[in-house]
Amino acid sequence: MTRPGFALARPGQSQDPAVPEPLADDATVDLTAERSGAGVDDVLDSLESDLVGLAPVKTRVREISALLLVDRARSRFGLSAGPPSLHMCFTGHPGSGKTTVALRMAELLHRLGYLRRGHVVSVTRDDLVGQYVGHTAPKTRDAINRAMGGVLFIDEAYYLYRAENERDYGQESIEILLQYMENHRADLVVIMAGYADRMETFFASNPGLSSRIAHHLEFPDYSLDELVTIGELMLREQRYRLSAAAEAVFRDYLARRMTQPRFANARSVRNALERARLRQANRLVAADGTVAKDDLMRLEPADFLTSRVFGS
Amino acid sequence: MRITHGTFSYLPELTDEEITSQLGYALGQGWAPSVEFTDDPHPRNNYWDMWGLPMFDLLDAAGVLHEINECRRAYPDRYIRVCAYDPRRGRQTVAMSFLVNRPANEPGFRLDRQEGADRRIRYSIYPYALDRPAGARYDP
Repeated sequence: MTRPGFALARPGQSQDPAVPEPLADDATVDLTAERSGAGVDDVLDSLESDLVGLAPVKTRVREISALLLVDRARSRFGLSAGPPSLHMCFTGHPGSGKTTVALRMAELLHRLGYLRRGHVVSVTRDDLVGQYVGHTAPKTRDAINRAMGGVLFIDEAYYLYRAENERDYGQESIEILLQYMENHRADLVVIMAGYADRMETFFASNPGLSSRIAHHLEFPDYSLDELVTIGELMLREQRYRLSAAAEAVFRDYLARRMTQPRFANARSVRNALERARLRQANRLVAADGTVAKDDLMRLEPADFLTSRVFGS
Repeated sequence: MRITHGTFSYLPELTDEEITSQLGYALGQGWAPSVEFTDDPHPRNNYWDMWGLPMFDLLDAAGVLHEINECRRAYPDRYIRVCAYDPRRGRQTVAMSFLVNRPANEPGFRLDRQEGADRRIRYSIYPYALDRPAGARYDP
């Protein structure tokens, strides 16, 4: 490129002053110190304690953080292998924690020095694809630019591609996305999320996309025990608790709800608790007496038993 | 003749790293960067062509640098500047603007004198580049 004067080093100035001397061949790097220095353990521990279940996801997150740590140590010896490709795809049923993990992932990558800022820009088809010719490219580029230095989280990514309409603008958006994923690996991590089967067809019709995504993470459904634990965690966060009798009823409720259609894992748990709060408030107001702190915090079996789930 | 225009105009040309850190400052202030280009070097030419829309809501300068590089690739022989617009109430104006690209060859300006009534002289400057049609002014 001929740009006289621009982007050229000035005389007497080295091109890249920030690079320190590589370590000697027989030197050693303390990985434990590197780990605690980066504050990675905090994020990994909070991932472990705040998120219930999701064993395969947690393993993969640990692997990625180990890779980046080793990469950092390698670069100290001058063994750089270029930035690894960290674009990811999260597949799983609704409410299995894809968005939550994406947020944690951004923070983790930021702490490891892979991302400069570690914010998450969450987009869907509406934010990327335009409505008329020439509208898509600026829209997609705008969204990508906003995500630079952080994570671009594309929820329900398969809506980008509509197989039935070959003139759909989604294809254009995918092409721009691919270009950025390839050329701006150090600036941007793209995470796509969606349901497993539709994601599969989406990748089948866009082979270039699938091969550029290094990490395919499968989010398993939660078991009944895990759902109960999630519910308890949510209640503790909102400063509520279950009475002893309500605990069994809550468990029964979840077991019944799991077999019903449109069950959305943790999201269904949250909705159930929201409704229980509503009924608790109604019960307290209807009782018309004085309430103590404990009454305000406690959820009773009656708050769950009136649910539609028990009706059938 | 090397044209001076905007902020940092008497400094040596900024490197890409320096541009990135200046943009980082602008974004930190909440200013919205935009990229503009022109081939009319007259100092009173305020309205340059826009390269895309101004970039609001950015956090990181990498996106702006990408747009700058795209613009440089499309128009290697134009003046390209980055403006940072301060949208705060009471300011609402361009807070910083600097050149990030200039043509390889800048022909400079001619001074025109016009003799008026009573031997009065009116002066104007005229860029030699304007002798050629728009779009081809800096072609080799």
